[in-house]
Amino acid sequence: MLSNLAGVLFDGIAYGSLLFLISVGLSVTMGLMNFINLAHGAFAMVGGYVCVVVMNRLGIPFLLSLPLAFLASAMAGLVLERVLYRRLYKASHLDQVLFSIGLTFMAVAAATYIWGPSQQPVNLPYWLHGQVSLLGLDVGAYRLFLIGVVVIITSALAYLIERTRFGAQIRASVDNSVASAGLGINVSRVFSLTFALGSGLAGLGGGLGIDVLGLDPTFPIKYMVYFLLVVAVGGAGSIKGSLVAALILGIFDVAGKYYVPSIGAFVIYALMVVLLIFFPAGLMGRKS
Amino acid sequence: MSQLPTLPNDRWSKLEIMFWLLPVACFFVFPNYLILGSQILIVGLLAVSLDLILGYAGIVSLGHAAFFGLGAYTAGLLSVHGWGEPVSGLLIAASAAAIFGFLVSFLVVRGHDLTRLMVTLGVGLMLYEAANKAAVVTGGVDGLSGMTMWKLLGFEFDLNGQTAYWYSLIVLFVLFVVLRRLVHSPFGLSLRGIREGGKRMPAIGADVNRQLVTIFTVSAAVAGVAGALLAQTTQFVGLDVLGFPRSAELLILLVLGGSGRLYGGLIGAAVFMIAQDYIAGINPAYWQFWIGLLLVLIVLFARGGVLGGLDRLRLQLGKSGGPRA
Repeated sequence: MLSNLAGVLFDGIAYGSLLFLISVGLSVTMGLMNFINLAHGAFAMVGGYVCVVVMNRLGIPFLLSLPLAFLASAMAGLVLERVLYRRLYKASHLDQVLFSIGLTFMAVAAATYIWGPSQQPVNLPYWLHGQVSLLGLDVGAYRLFLIGVVVIITSALAYLIERTRFGAQIRASVDNSVASAGLGINVSRVFSLTFALGSGLAGLGGGLGIDVLGLDPTFPIKYMVYFLLVVAVGGAGSIKGSLVAALILGIFDVAGKYYVPSIGAFVIYALMVVLLIFFPAGLMGRKS
Repeated sequence: MSQLPTLPNDRWSKLEIMFWLLPVACFFVFPNYLILGSQILIVGLLAVSLDLILGYAGIVSLGHAAFFGLGAYTAGLLSVHGWGEPVSGLLIAASAAAIFGFLVSFLVVRGHDLTRLMVTLGVGLMLYEAANKAAVVTGGVDGLSGMTMWKLLGFEFDLNGQTAYWYSLIVLFVLFVVLRRLVHSPFGLSLRGIREGGKRMPAIGADVNRQLVTIFTVSAAVAGVAGALLAQTTQFVGLDVLGFPRSAELLILLVLGGSGRLYGGLIGAAVFMIAQDYIAGINPAYWQFWIGLLLVLIVLFARGGVLGGLDRLRLQLGKSGGPRA
């Protein structure tokens, strides 16, 4: 029972870190531009499909396909931000919701058209198969790898945000974009780059997550609520909040599905309602 | 645009009366399309109910299908378990949806747009999961079948859908008259005030939360009626009545018609359902693509939908008057 619990915890953390990787961009862009972007999952899906295509058609190894997924999604994000998103920063939330639902529908239909409605297979390298022993606990090799990648990326992200000039610009723009612009920060460029970075991370998460979340054209709709949950519970614009929220949600979701499969996804929705009642602005959200 | 804070003129204009003669004419002109016709009327009613909270009170909801589905399952279960009387079924479904809407509304009025979005979305998904898991009661993914409806005030539900069409039309019209009165009342004006600037409304003595709770409950009840109508006229309830796509499509067709004016929902429903019937017959995936593209274009270039466009056209032609419902 106890090792069971440890296993569930481990899987939950792996799942949560994946959620964090995909959602962190959404959280930052939501905090930065106050934009409700329901199409974020579509960027993750793009990353997933790029991974599958370059691996299965071009024979590129799995590890190399991940940076390509990042780049493809980041490019898609950059272009869309420059062409479409920036027109709607000042629009009402309803407009933003409709616009991003429209984008999501288009992405879903396009993916169905190109790749068909079925689940995409992923061929992991042999060293990511099976179980490895970690401190006397048998854990999935792939999940361990997943956690490792997310830890590295999170550290890099933390360094970027806390220690670099660009990170300072992001933080300043999140806090007060008008004052930042007045101080000579090119806020619009910060927006674009942040959006691209967030989309790229989502793409990377989409590629990494094929084995855990699956990949089919309904991906952006199926997981939309999870990504939004991370942001809403963590508090928009807070990276630390997103991490905590993603881990909580991941652990509870896995535990719920493992211990009480009959009520399934209920656990996570109930948790969300409870958290939102007690923390309407998110766990680490700022009062706006 | 006369947006003066006077109570609107509640007279029915000629254009409105003509509008309501249209579905009556359709009954005689398109006798083979009555089933699609009643679907349009039902979805129109649902869109009007969403318009109450979205167009008038400014609450963005991604889970309105929850109340629709609750109404549908209530009416369906009543009928399966031996009570097939339609009108009372409608009322019971409305009460069930209203009670649920009343409870949910307390979560919705807290917080801002994102929180509201999440709560409505979450509630919708929860109900979907519940209906999916409780297969013993609801039939799960197979849907709830085996409904037998009694005669509706002496009329049998026929296969051509004649009774269903008139039933839907009359229910829609009666509710529309009530809701039209409601949004033209001081209460309706006060809702618009909340939409335009919720923080200032308490200053003139409006209890914002109570008004939002009220309109949310009313909206949920109307959505429940729409769901019950669908269940009774098709004598089947599928799990899709609760699904997220339905909530999203509902939002889309309301915006397509033009929100905040009641008629927008009806026109949006008609345009959307007819186009869907036509295009989705060719290929459902294409349909989703085009509706997505249309949505993006509406948001970028054509705010206000069909009716908003007509309004602008009329302004440019220099005419005044016409229905401002």
